[in-house]
Amino acid sequence: MKLVYFAWVRERIGRGSETIDKPDSVVTVADLLAWLAERGEGYAAALVRPEVIRVAIDHEHVEHDTPLPDDCEVALFPPMTGG
Amino acid sequence: MAITPRISVQEQDFDTAAEIERISDGRKDIGAVVTFSGKCRDEQGTLVALELEHYPGMAEAEIGRIAAEAAERWELLGLTVIHRYGKIPVGENIVLVVAASKSRAASFEAANFLMDYLKSRAPFWKKEHRVDGQDGGWVEAKQSDEDALAVWQKQS
Repeated sequence: MKLVYFAWVRERIGRGSETIDKPDSVVTVADLLAWLAERGEGYAAALVRPEVIRVAIDHEHVEHDTPLPDDCEVALFPPMTGG
Repeated sequence: MAITPRISVQEQDFDTAAEIERISDGRKDIGAVVTFSGKCRDEQGTLVALELEHYPGMAEAEIGRIAAEAAERWELLGLTVIHRYGKIPVGENIVLVVAASKSRAASFEAANFLMDYLKSRAPFWKKEHRVDGQDGGWVEAKQSDEDALAVWQKQS
């Protein structure tokens, strides 16, 4: 599974993208956020308030209760400030 | 049948007059063209530029979805959305919406709708570059922008 990060999520985690092997226990987007937060200081800092993190799967916005497809690109980012 | 909007996510500046010309070129059915330009503004002499980070691929896709919805909701004869990324100095353009229709109500409303959705749904993030060289940090999303979407959702 490919993960991509943007803005302060990217800065705190310290990288723009990575590929992970998703454990079977990770079923939904919320599970993924909780699992990632345990991976180190940067991740914990980026995901300290998971409710503010916006998520997209394969370029489409999704809610945190969305199940993760097996092979996809998941993007994590702060609320957007476009326009 | 709804029109196909023209979407561009680009680093370079755009020419608003040329975009109006492009949308209305040779057409006699267009009676109204509304444009909205979003610009990088200074904050009391503190700001040099905004750095716009974007999610390549999703930026185009999401703007395309928002524009397609606008084209469904209003009888538009043309629609262009251009959003810039990269470092944009104070005073320069960030975003352009051009909406064309038979009469003005559809164009005004569609342009307003587009901007409300671009603010909180298009994957762009603004970072401040300050005059004093310090990192101004990421611009925070406003609750008022999120609230603006709720109004459109009630109407649909």
